Amino acid sequence: MIPSITGNFAFLSDPLSLFFVFVIFLISAPAAIYSAGYLKGDYSGGKIKLAWLLLALFVLSMLAVVSASNLVLFLIFWELMSLISYFLVIFDSGHKKSIQAGTVYIVMTHFGTALITAAFLIMYRYTHSFDVLAVKEAAYLIPDSAKGAVFLLLFFGFGAKAGIVPLHIWLPMAHPQAPSHISSIMSGVMIKLGIYGIIRFAVFTMGISHLWQGEIVMILAAVSCLVGVIYALMEHDIKKLLAFHSVENIGIILLGVGGSMMFLVMNQPALAVFSMAAGLYHLVNHAIFKGLLFLGAGSVYKATGTRDMEKMGGLIKLMPQTAFAFLAGSMAISALPPLNGFISEWLTFQAIFAGALKSAGNGVMFWITAASALALTSGLAAACFVKAFSVTFLAAPRSEKASEAKESPFSMTAPMLFLAGLTLFFGLFSPQILRVMAQVAGATLGIDTQNMKFSVLNYGVTSGLENAGAVSGWLVLAALVLLGLAAFFGLRIFYGKQRFTAGRTWGCGYYASDSRSEYTATAFSKPFRIFFSFFLMPYRKTEKATHGGYHLKYFKYETHTTPFFRTFFYEPAVAASFRLAKKVRRMQPGSIHLYLSYIFAVIILLLVFRGKF
Amino acid sequence: MEHGPAIIQILLIIAAAPLFGGLITKIKNIVRLRRGAPVLQPYWNFFKLLGKSDEVISQHASWLFKAAPYVVISSSAAALLLVPLFGGFAAAGGMGDIVAVLFILALGRFFMALAGMDAASAFGGMGSSREMFISSLAETAALVSFFALALNSGSTSFAAIAGDGVFRASSFTAGFALFLVAIAETSRIPVDNQETHLELTMVHEAMALEYSGRSLAIIEYASHIRQLVWFSLIAGIIFPLPPPSGCGAALAAASAAVFALKLLALAVIMAFTEISLAKMRLFRVADLLMFAFVAALASAVLAAGGY
Repeated sequence: MIPSITGNFAFLSDPLSLFFVFVIFLISAPAAIYSAGYLKGDYSGGKIKLAWLLLALFVLSMLAVVSASNLVLFLIFWELMSLISYFLVIFDSGHKKSIQAGTVYIVMTHFGTALITAAFLIMYRYTHSFDVLAVKEAAYLIPDSAKGAVFLLLFFGFGAKAGIVPLHIWLPMAHPQAPSHISSIMSGVMIKLGIYGIIRFAVFTMGISHLWQGEIVMILAAVSCLVGVIYALMEHDIKKLLAFHSVENIGIILLGVGGSMMFLVMNQPALAVFSMAAGLYHLVNHAIFKGLLFLGAGSVYKATGTRDMEKMGGLIKLMPQTAFAFLAGSMAISALPPLNGFISEWLTFQAIFAGALKSAGNGVMFWITAASALALTSGLAAACFVKAFSVTFLAAPRSEKASEAKESPFSMTAPMLFLAGLTLFFGLFSPQILRVMAQVAGATLGIDTQNMKFSVLNYGVTSGLENAGAVSGWLVLAALVLLGLAAFFGLRIFYGKQRFTAGRTWGCGYYASDSRSEYTATAFSKPFRIFFSFFLMPYRKTEKATHGGYHLKYFKYETHTTPFFRTFFYEPAVAASFRLAKKVRRMQPGSIHLYLSYIFAVIILLLVFRGKF
Repeated sequence: MEHGPAIIQILLIIAAAPLFGGLITKIKNIVRLRRGAPVLQPYWNFFKLLGKSDEVISQHASWLFKAAPYVVISSSAAALLLVPLFGGFAAAGGMGDIVAVLFILALGRFFMALAGMDAASAFGGMGSSREMFISSLAETAALVSFFALALNSGSTSFAAIAGDGVFRASSFTAGFALFLVAIAETSRIPVDNQETHLELTMVHEAMALEYSGRSLAIIEYASHIRQLVWFSLIAGIIFPLPPPSGCGAALAAASAAVFALKLLALAVIMAFTEISLAKMRLFRVADLLMFAFVAALASAVLAAGGY
């Protein structure tokens, strides 16, 4: 009996859904325009048509996911979205890596879907409804232990899509393989739908009743932040680097969301709204700058034909607009003022700080640990983007292709510059935007925000933190611009115009140095590789051949890091399942008599246990 | 003119910033029984560099290399606006947020590191890489100590932190952690050495290696300002005094004198630290900064316990 499937097929249009609809359009529209220029030339006519069709279906399926109000319908759209994005990941099916990445992606995403389905079935069992709002009404019928299980199933199920550690494994494989405008939508928007699922079903529908729920979210969020950024530092494939940063930023978003869950239990409604608003703010910010960065990486990829940063360099002169947009994105993701990443990381930090103020004893240490994870993450992210930007765009070109790169057409640069403008817009209008985020968060958490004052300038008034810190994007921008101009014109008035002569780079008197003597991405990340060697476990491979023992003919040196989760978790798991499959295979020796006896045995079993089913 | 005093105070401090560096060098030289350069030497260097009519820059450098010095100095000066100086209030008033200072300083560092990579030189890249490595660890320690200070005063706003004026064990520990951070951030021994020009050991100097003339003058001035940001921050934390009540020229002069005394004390401590230690190699620096981080955590624990 499946009554509710025929029931309510209405669509949700509450603030949370509308917010996600907004985010989907905000990134998809520029990405679609960008794809017009990006696909041209590199793909055949039929393939381009297919790309447009899949893009349209992909966006539609995401819109359907965030507006479905029926659990079954949600699952159908969720699955549709996963399948369409799978086809987009293997779109460049000529590459062997694409197929492999697609396979890992589809396995991981179905693992998540399985958990989500299980959670929905448990919810249905107690509430007898598949309608989100009806389940929310009847959520009190679900016993506490089942609630805990549902929460974990939902968190890990949606977490697999969002890319939280240790379920992030597919993300750095699948995102780089997709065409760049798709990577931009996948990283900017699709993984956020995992966050949507957590907020919609775990927080909104089921409600949060225990502190451990928020704690587990925050712990995994902090781990995701650090693991994501450390792996990103080691990467010299520009799109993989960006994909690892998505893991990091999902962690930052979940720090806000998890904080909000904890505040709900701590009975701090104003702070719960504030923390959730900080998370949502970072969510939209990450969509903007990560969308932008992937588009920039795609532009570079189209111009140079490689994703390896070590073969780039000097592109700032050849591709000035792409470089400018990528710089804006890099600054935003490194949380530099006055761009948007700065505001939302600052807000997340304030939320964590408020958590420490409102708890006692060991609770304080928990928040302090979260704060230090966030602090280290933001420092490492800045280092990583100094590397990413400077190795790609600065200094002299490291390969012939890079020295012949050309700026992308207007249809590709315009969307990037638009998103670059948004990074500034979302930084400057933070007081207004945070208020909107607070309304979304309030509506989702069922907390009235009518009389609450939420802005980066005075959030403390309502959350019970008198004279809380405040930050104004405008003021910071004004100070920076005015002081910079003062220095520039002050010196110009007294000492005249600045004059430059181009000369050779200092090489300790050795003037034959070329682009091979530049610092590379691998060299740049060496201190980090050594410092985090306990986790990265770097190893070297050397190969050398000598002439008669003395004269060196050639020398090859490679350095690698051990992918922790793959080596110690996924590979053993895959190997074990293969071993198991081999054992199971003995059951199928090909003898029809044996198979008939299996059928007989099953019938007997069913008859014996008939009453139990 | 509500902001009149604040603006005067900022201009005074910016003008006096190189003095602090010169003072530390002088103290170091006195203790080593050397005559050394005059206290005003940083100013002479500054004007000498400004006097150069022509700058030689690398042929590989882009517009970013030319723009970076201005970003660096504006971020350092903007950070100074947020820090309370003489009178317990910052130029930007209630906007002074202790976390925001770190992010604003990070902006200058980001551009400095990019400029270091821009000249296609291995030295610049090495400097950038090390600077970002050191600063990412230092920033963590700094943020956790800020967290402790904010726990004491209930807010990350400087107005609340500086307005406290009570001596606490946690503030002192946080101040100690911040002192270690400041060593790293102002490129002093044992993390970096301002006096050396050996390419392989320098960090901050390596990034600025390709700069000359006016750009170099700006970058050096910016590091003087940044140095003062850190030391005025620490001075306010280790030697807390209640903010002066009332106003008037005499009071302003008195609080300026007190501020100068605090900085002088810090300069002496810094100078003795520098001459009694040798420069560490890079991965010892990481240990030092981990120690700073642990000290910061300890201060946060103390603050949580109410000490």
